[in-house]
Amino acid sequence: MAEIPMAFILAGLAAYTVLAGADFGAGLWTLLAGGGPASRVAVRDHARHAMGPVWEANHVWLIFVLVVCWTAYPVVFGSIMSTLAIPVFLAAVGIILRGASYALRGQLDTSRAQHPIENLFALSSILTPFALGTVVGGIASGRVPVGNAAGDPVTSWLNPTSVVIGALAVATGGYLAAVYLAADAHRLGERTLELDFRARALVSGLCAGALALAALVVVRSDAPALFHGLTSDGGIAAVGVSVAAGLMTLFLVWRRHFGPARASAALAVAAIVAGWALAQRPRVLPGLTIDQAAASRPTLLATIIAVACGAIVLVPSLLLLFRLVLRGRLDPADTPSATILPPRTPRKEQNHLLAAFAAATFLIGVGMTVIANSGWVLALGIICLFACAISTFGLAAADPSQQTESRIHG
Amino acid sequence: MTGLLATVGGVFTSVDQDYLSQARQMQALSLAVHIPLVCFGIAFPAMVLYCEWRYLRTGDALFRTLARRWSKIMLALFAVGVVTGTILSFEFGLLWPAFMANFANVFGLGFTLEGFSFFIEAIFIGIYVYGWDRLPPRAHFLSGIPIAIAGVTGSLFVISVNGWMNHPGGFTLQEGRAVNEHPWSALFGNSFFWHEFVHMYFAGYIVAGFLVAGAYAWAFLRGRWGRYERTALTVALSAAAIAAPLQVVIGDWAAREVASAQPTKLAALEGLGQTTRGAPEHLLGWYNGHDVVYGIEIPRLLSLLAFHDPNATVQGLNAVPIADQPPVNVVRFSFQTMVGIGTLLALLGVVYLYVRLRHRRLPNSTWFYRAVMLAGPLSVTALWAGWITTEVGRQPWIVYHVMRTTDAVTEARGIPVGYGTLIVVYLALAGGVAWLLRRFSRAPLEVDRHG
Repeated sequence: MAEIPMAFILAGLAAYTVLAGADFGAGLWTLLAGGGPASRVAVRDHARHAMGPVWEANHVWLIFVLVVCWTAYPVVFGSIMSTLAIPVFLAAVGIILRGASYALRGQLDTSRAQHPIENLFALSSILTPFALGTVVGGIASGRVPVGNAAGDPVTSWLNPTSVVIGALAVATGGYLAAVYLAADAHRLGERTLELDFRARALVSGLCAGALALAALVVVRSDAPALFHGLTSDGGIAAVGVSVAAGLMTLFLVWRRHFGPARASAALAVAAIVAGWALAQRPRVLPGLTIDQAAASRPTLLATIIAVACGAIVLVPSLLLLFRLVLRGRLDPADTPSATILPPRTPRKEQNHLLAAFAAATFLIGVGMTVIANSGWVLALGIICLFACAISTFGLAAADPSQQTESRIHG
Repeated sequence: MTGLLATVGGVFTSVDQDYLSQARQMQALSLAVHIPLVCFGIAFPAMVLYCEWRYLRTGDALFRTLARRWSKIMLALFAVGVVTGTILSFEFGLLWPAFMANFANVFGLGFTLEGFSFFIEAIFIGIYVYGWDRLPPRAHFLSGIPIAIAGVTGSLFVISVNGWMNHPGGFTLQEGRAVNEHPWSALFGNSFFWHEFVHMYFAGYIVAGFLVAGAYAWAFLRGRWGRYERTALTVALSAAAIAAPLQVVIGDWAAREVASAQPTKLAALEGLGQTTRGAPEHLLGWYNGHDVVYGIEIPRLLSLLAFHDPNATVQGLNAVPIADQPPVNVVRFSFQTMVGIGTLLALLGVVYLYVRLRHRRLPNSTWFYRAVMLAGPLSVTALWAGWITTEVGRQPWIVYHVMRTTDAVTEARGIPVGYGTLIVVYLALAGGVAWLLRRFSRAPLEVDRHG
């Protein structure tokens, strides 16, 4: 049971890497726009529009990882966050700047003030995955001891493994983004953009692959335990899957089969996360196994139930979002496809009944809430107050348009 | 109890942090930035959906324009709320790792559930805002409903954690950390949590309603008073004006809960030094360590408010050692600010409702619209003051009577650097949001009317 929440965390981490990683990559491409067949402006606009509806949902995977980690493995969370405070804080600053620039630029396509915001967005899109990558490197190379800020505040994240994983995080984001954006361009029938992002996908795919190999070399000398895990049993299998999926993606992108390329690119990246987990198993932090780190049974059970119930709501919602996005139903439209309703004559409303209801619930609600100290009477009183609020709102907000022109301005 | 806390299984030990107060200020700043956005998360989707529902019912395109324009602001504020909320979750670990390491197993469930609310909100806000013109009208309206529900459940789950911090239970303390925990009953079987939630829920409508209405009151004063502005003001102001007077009743409930569960906080709210039978309440004034001086005394009011009995005995601050008392004047001043502003807002709400319901029109007076403009910032001030009251009033405890804030803080250095950076970043963020809202308000109506 102690391992199930960790499986949730890893799934969330893989989803965050694949989905939000691509959003970070889109930011990277806005910085490196131009130079390809498509114009600078076209590349930027394409990158922006593609991530519009999904950015927030993709970001929430990070929150999911954090909350499950601190619920199920609180000591691990406290140790990581206190020792790796600097890169975590840098990632936080990057997230604020990114979210803010997203909010600012997303709504203002025509603004002249967009340029600095665009650059801010791009820089924060590099800073955040790099910083989070160094965090992963610090944990994976065993530099986060158990305890309150017990590790070195600097070398825990400025070390060969952290730096190479940080770079890898930026590169894989760019790679994923290029594949997805090429696929979007293909769907939209934008031939120039498609070729542009196809080239970007091929180049960044090779870069990410080279960095991944470099990372193995670095890890071999810097974190032998991790290297041993990555080259034996499950670890080597996951690395193999990642290599195979990566090569497969390059082939698919080259042949312009973007749909399957989306999936295999995601698989290549998710396999790295799985490989890391398998390499480190069962150790979470130095001297702390997953069983020792886990909260007690009721909490683990509660987490599993919460995630299972949450998934029942979440999975269909996510599928709906992705289906709408991938079918282009949320793309900006030149002509509205939805129908506009014809005006109707408003019905005469039963205001007196509603007013009587509002007054009655007000009196009962206030009476019960003031008299009762606890229990059902109080709860009923509060419910009456809610009913009063809703019915009064119905009266007060109804048909404000039909009131007499009380005053034009004075 | 602090003796146990010194050895957290030998892992998370009691800490020597020079910058505890900066850490607390940093957390407070982050909360202060985030909480007004939470109000919009609670109240704004319902207001937008109300407008769209009216459009569906009447076919009146004005309501469609209104819902559409508001939904853009809703998305922008949600995006900012997403990042400021993320910062909060980072800071739990960055600033209070010992608190998380020792107790997150009890309350973490609340955040796990909140995470799913957050997911639903994020997914459907994307579908809703990008789906204008693209989805059939009814499907579009339905896609907005999960946003409204998740906005409420999200705040419910987060406040359940705050309720637990104020009134902890559902675990056994062993070497300073929680064991044998029962997270469901600890969070949702907690009697202290419901009043906090309902109080915040009403506050959401007050803050969002008055802030939105303030923008149109400004338009009125500037001479822009078409049907669009009147309708927008009516919807937003009706929500706030109804919530504000009812909040007085909810606040009374909250005060009684505090009185029974946290007598020391109640004593700090008033500055009651000695345990007193028939305790008075002072307006304004200053607590000098024993009594409130230079205040206006209202006899027996505190007993009446806290226990609905003018002769009830109220426990004074002297019941606990000085080391266990919160900073009384901060708590007291915040509480009086909240109550003072809340009373004014309730009066404004009653005036509006009287004119609106009795005369079926909007008020005419220029002064009324000036007051509405002022009500927005004032309601945010009251919101901050309310949270300062409950959170500073909880001090010196992070988990009430279980763990001290001094034992929860990180041992990492560099808190002042982080704090300074965050101030700069948040100032820039505030500037950006202000600029954005200004641009929204200037976009011509036609943009949203067609297309």
